[in-house]
Parts: sequence; structure tokens; C-alpha cells
Amino acid sequence: MSDTHEHSIPFVRETELPQQPAPSNAAGPVKWMRDNLFATWANALLTVAAAYILFLIFSSTLPWIFGGLWTTSSLAECREILQGTSAACFSVLTERWNQLIFGFKYPPEYYWRPTVALVLMFVALAPVLFFDLPRKLLILTALFPFAAYWLIWGGTIWIPIMALVGFIVGYFVYARFVAQNFALGFFGGVAAAMVTWYIGGLIVPMIAPAVPALEAVPSRDLGGFMLNMMLGLTCVSLSIPLGIALALGRQSSMPLIKWICVVFIEFIRGVPLITLLFVASVMLAYFFPPEATVDLFLRVVIMITMFSAAYIAEVIRGGLAALPKGQYEAADSLGLDYAQAMRLIILPQALKISIPGIVNIAVGLFKDTTLVSVISMFDLVGMIRGPILASTDWNGVYWELLGFAAVLFFVVCYGISQYSQWLERRLATDHR
Amino acid sequence: MSTLSDPPQGSFRLSMLLNDSRYRSMTLQAIAAILLALALFYLYSNLAANLRAAGLNISFGFLGSTAGYDINQTLIEYTSQSSNLKAAIVGILNTLLVAFLACVTATIFGVMAGVLRLSNNWLVRKLMAGYVEIFRNIPVLIWIIIIFTIMTAVMPSPRDFRGDDPASSMLFDMFAFTNRGVYTPGPYFSRGIGGADGSVLNWVLVIATLIASFFGARFMTNRATRIQEETGIRPNTLWTNLAIWLGPIIVLCLILGLSWEMPALKGFNFAGGIKVGGPLIALWFALSIYTGAFIAENVRAGIQAVSKGQTEAAAALGIRPNRIMSLVVLPQALRVIIPPLISQYLNITKNSSLAIAVGYADITATLGGITLNQTGRAIECVLLLMLFYLVISLTISAVMNVYNNSMKLKER
Repeated sequence: MSDTHEHSIPFVRETELPQQPAPSNAAGPVKWMRDNLFATWANALLTVAAAYILFLIFSSTLPWIFGGLWTTSSLAECREILQGTSAACFSVLTERWNQLIFGFKYPPEYYWRPTVALVLMFVALAPVLFFDLPRKLLILTALFPFAAYWLIWGGTIWIPIMALVGFIVGYFVYARFVAQNFALGFFGGVAAAMVTWYIGGLIVPMIAPAVPALEAVPSRDLGGFMLNMMLGLTCVSLSIPLGIALALGRQSSMPLIKWICVVFIEFIRGVPLITLLFVASVMLAYFFPPEATVDLFLRVVIMITMFSAAYIAEVIRGGLAALPKGQYEAADSLGLDYAQAMRLIILPQALKISIPGIVNIAVGLFKDTTLVSVISMFDLVGMIRGPILASTDWNGVYWELLGFAAVLFFVVCYGISQYSQWLERRLATDHR
Repeated sequence: MSTLSDPPQGSFRLSMLLNDSRYRSMTLQAIAAILLALALFYLYSNLAANLRAAGLNISFGFLGSTAGYDINQTLIEYTSQSSNLKAAIVGILNTLLVAFLACVTATIFGVMAGVLRLSNNWLVRKLMAGYVEIFRNIPVLIWIIIIFTIMTAVMPSPRDFRGDDPASSMLFDMFAFTNRGVYTPGPYFSRGIGGADGSVLNWVLVIATLIASFFGARFMTNRATRIQEETGIRPNTLWTNLAIWLGPIIVLCLILGLSWEMPALKGFNFAGGIKVGGPLIALWFALSIYTGAFIAENVRAGIQAVSKGQTEAAAALGIRPNRIMSLVVLPQALRVIIPPLISQYLNITKNSSLAIAVGYADITATLGGITLNQTGRAIECVLLLMLFYLVISLTISAVMNVYNNSMKLKER
């Protein structure tokens, strides 16, 4: 090769050059910064502005957080140690930790009970949240509400056991008849459960020991973040079945059923949750029989459940509407009746579509449980604004307490939304 | 085929009510009607028995009686001698005020954050993502309380503005930020109709002028569109429209003698100008940034929903980049953004009821709070409260649906 060009071309490279690294302004961090931070003049200005904002935020909060005190016993003592420097007084969190989490009236010697219930909650939620776990674990999930009720409220163990027995009897009756007819199985199961509970209500006072294993704690003594968790979890789990029923009712071809569901959903969605909580605190008692005493916790649970059920119904209606019409027609052409078609074909698909929406509602609902502080229940926000800020020791410790509440809610809500995104990717069966 | 759907021969049997699909829905609805009636009757009879036992009745007469409490922020004339009904109206106006203000600012925050989240700038993108995640995942009640605490505990008291070397000073000598609220200059008419005190008539005139300008500007825009369709050349409407908007209102203000009253320190407090109370600011600002985070997500989703082919097609036609945004991308994104935006506006209106937590006198705090506690008329107050919110919600969704329909893609 080289011989042919020897006379016509002065120089020919015969060996390949080793690969050189790219110029420093076309690769690596410099290029990245040029592309992403300083692409144009406007962009550079934006970057500087954003960096300045971040600097302002961190330069004021970081020393405040890291200079914080954790072990004093009152704000006055804190200020004495700090000598006028700006730093947090986190000792309010350590000193009032139990009040923030459990409320100020829950008996301190029983704090282990809600704690065990919390651990059980994670065990019970695990098989619901992660499909890879063995399905047998769902039995634990089914047992959890009864165990948690017994742990938190205490009293005789026979009440949750009777409630559980009612569900079991109802399930067996349902399983016996559902093959013939869904309606027969469903209403038979409900009736059997009712009968069991009625009989149980007669038996329990007779067999209950005078001194129960766990001492009873009235529900007005519940408080703190525990109350937020309990309201959130109970109301979301109760409102999903109710929401499904409302959504199906709204799609129904029977005008009366449809009309009832539409009025209920639109009414609830049209008013703020606060007014419904007012109903729970001042009005609902008028609608119960005069001799019945329904405590505030239960009344609040009823109203919040109705509230979130209306929203969940709308989400599920969206899922039902998003299904192709062919699915409904295919179910009909297979000769399935309404209950079979819904249970086996429509709902599994519609619910899958609705999961992100339902999780959004659940997160919103969990945040809205702070509203109960307005009707003088002492949840986390109620505890902070009420007993803790009003006490002489901690009068004026706003940022530490409010920041703690904000962080706690952020961790839970952000965690749930990240889970929902993971689940959405996991459930995606379409090919993209 | 017809044999399959032959009408059944023979007489009507009772079991057909359940087993024949022609009658079954009738049966089910009859059962539902009976159950509903029974439930309503049960609730009503409990209510009647409870009211009888408590010696109460349902009556709305309390609305006419004297309220007996003061409201610190009112849009209309109100004293503690006014009736409960007047207090409720003050509350309604306050609810509408904060809801309107928060809707406007939340839209501004949301659109800005949503657009910046799609920016090429990595730092800005991450900053906006942080804003959206932080504000969406913390309850709005906590935000309201945090901002209210800033307003009351961090802001200086009016006392700090006194003396020769005050600890705080007013912004541009016009705005005073104190722990009792923000004081801003207030407009008044020195040569107005009805004396220098100013009467409502002056403001009606101003608003009427603005409405006339609006229609005038719209007429000019429509004319420009017509000319464009006829000749293909669009006349420049910017200057005429500016003149139509600004000209009449400036002339009117000069005639009426518009002046600004500056807030000034008198004694222990500021006087003059307009006082915007701390609770109103806390509620307004908290609702704006909280809902702004949700709107930002809607805006982002809306812009991302416009397929890239649209931008590329517009670029291939030779349209300039900023006109691609305004003529091609935004009109299509708006179609996706508007329905969730409507529900965010509804959420703002409903969340404004949290005013009760910071003592802003909205309808929930007046009718559902003080009036309820003073008169003990729980059922009537809560029913009226729900009725008000229902009417507001239905009105907002009706109005916004009309707008949505006008924006919708017209198909055949």
C-alpha cells in the first residue's frame, strides 16, 4: 500500500492512532453542566436563581436542624443553653414523643398494645401489597382487624371472637350457596352472620370474665398519630367495598338504584369533609335511637367512610367505563349472569385500571384525617395545637412540632405513592 | 330465532318475579324502594323522638335574631348587632373571596411549576419536582397552620415600627407586614359621586367601564379574525386593544379623582389603607401553594399528552418555536388540563372551609361555628352549610363545564 503513494503523497499514517478521550468540554461533567444547567443565557440565569433559592433554604435550616438540642426538659432551659443562637429545640419531640404518637390520655402502661398492633399491621398488609408472598398469609390479614381491635381497645376477647365467628359462619353459608345463585349466597351469608352476631351478643355478657385479660380503653382516650393511622386504615378498607357497590349501582340499568347512588355520590362530593365531620360531631347522634350511645370515633368513621366511598366510586366508575364494550358483550355471550360477569370478568379488570386512582384517594384521605382536630379530637395536629403548645413548658415551639408532623405525613404519603407507581408498572400487561 | 324469545305461555306465576328477567328488575327496585323508605322512616322517627326528648324543634327563626359577635374581616357592613343571617352572608362572601383569590394564584403557581418541571434545566426541574412532592404529600391543614404561625409569630408587631430607629420598616413606605395582618394602600375617590367618602356607585361605574372595555376588545379581536379570513392578513390589534382597555378606565379615574390612602402608624396600630388579616393571608397562600402543586402535575400531564408529532409537524410547516407553543401545543394541552383544573377549583372552594382552624370568618366559621354554638341549632346550621357548599360546587362545575364544552374537540 505505502509504496503506491510514496511519490504522490508526502505522508501517510500507517498505524492506527490510539483512541483519545473526548475534549473536556464535550464529555463528562462539563458537558453535562453545559447541556443541563447553562445551555442558554436564560437557562444560566434560571440555574443561578434556583441555586440561590436552595442556598437560602439550606443555609437557614441546616444549622438550625444540626444545632438542635434533644435532651432539655422545657423551652426555657433550651433557650438558656442556646444563648440566643438560632437552633432547634427537638427535646419537645423526645419529651412528648408518647403524647405525639398515642395521645395524652391513653394509659402509658399499655403503650405496648398499639405498638404490637402496628407491627401486626405491617405483617397483615404485606400479602395484600406484595403478590409474590404466599397466599396463605392472607389468613393473617383477615385476622388482623379483630386482633388490632382487641389490642387497642382491650376489654373481653369474646367480642372480637364473636365478630370473627359471625364472618366465618357467613362465609361458609355464602360458599355453600354461591354456586347456585350469587344473590342467594350473598344475602344468605349476611343473614347467617347477623344471626350469629345476635346470638353472640346474648352469650358474650354471660361468658365474659369480670376482669378481662386486657383492660378496656375507651375510644375517647385514643389520640396522636395512632388516631390518624387508625382512621386512615379503617376508613380506606371499609370504603373500597362500599365504593365498588356505589359504582356498580351508578352503572345499573335500574333507574331507582341508579338514582339513589347518583344522589348519594354527588351530594357527598359536593360538600367539604369538615361539614361531614360536623354532622358526625353534632348532628348524627340525633339520628340514632335515643337509648343508643354511639361514640364519636365510630361516628367519625361512618362519615369519613361515606366520604371516601363516594370518591372511590367515581374512580371505579372511570375504570368500568374504560373497559372495552366487548368485555361486557363477551361475558353476556358466554351466558354468565350479572353477578358472574361482574365478579369474573369486569371487576378484576376495572379494579386493576382503578388502582392508581384508589391509591390517590387513600393518600388524600389519610391527609384529611388531620381534619378531625377541628372537631376537638386529639390527633397529631390536635395534640400539637392543643395540649403541647398550650403547656407552659413548650409554649412557642412551633417549627419543631409542625416540622415533625409534616415529615411524618410526608414519609407515609410519599411511601404510598411510590408503592402505587411500582404497582402500576408491575400490573402493566400491555406491551409497550 | 323467534322461538327462543317466544312469550311464555300460560298464566303468571309468582316465581317469575325473581326468575324472569322482565320482572326481576322491577322486583329488585321495589325492594330497594321499600328498604330506602324504611331507612328514612327509621332515621326520621329517631330524629323526632330525640328532638322531643331534648325539647327542641326544627326552625330557622334563629337566622333573624341578633348574632352578638364581632367579625374582624368583613366585606359588607356588619356589627355585632346584626342578625345571624347577615353573619352568614358575611361568611359566604368571605368564602367566595378566599376561594377566588386562591384559584387565581394557585393557577399561576401551578402553571409556572408545571412548565418549569419540563424545563431543560436540570436544577430547576429537580427543584420543581421537590416542590410538587413536598406540598402534595403533607396535609393542607398543616400548611395552613405553618403559614398562619409565620404570620403571627414571625412577623413584627406594629410596635416595632415606632420610634426613630424602628426594628422594622414598611416596604416602599406602602406595605406594612405585621403580626396583625398586612396593610396595603387603599384606593378612594376624592371627587367621587356621593362625596369624598366614596359610595358603591363609584365602584359600579369602574366595573361597568371594565366590562364595556372587555366587549370592545372582543369586538376588535373578532373584527381582526374576520378581516384575516377575508384577506389573509391579520391587522395588528395589540395597540387598539391596549387603548380600549386602558383609555376609558384612566379617564374615569381622573374624573373621579382616584387617590391612594397610605397606611400609617397611629398610636399602637396602623390606620388607613386596606388591612388584609393574617388568617386570610395564611389560608389564601396555603391553599394556593398546596393546590398549585396538584395543578402543576395536571399541567405537566397535559403538555406531555400532546404528541411529539404535532410539534414536529408544526416545525416542518415553518412555524417559529414560540408560536408552535401558543398555536399548536397549548390549545391541545388545554383540552386535557381543563377537566382536572375544574376539580382543583372545586377542591379549593371545599378546602377553604379549613378557615375555621385559623379563625378566618368564612361560612363554616360563622354559621357552622359561632352561630351553631351560640344558638344550639346544630341540625339547621349544618344543613344550611351543606346546602351552600352544594350550590357552590354545582355552580362551579356547571360554569366550568360550559367552558370545557366550548374548548372541546369538535367532532363531526
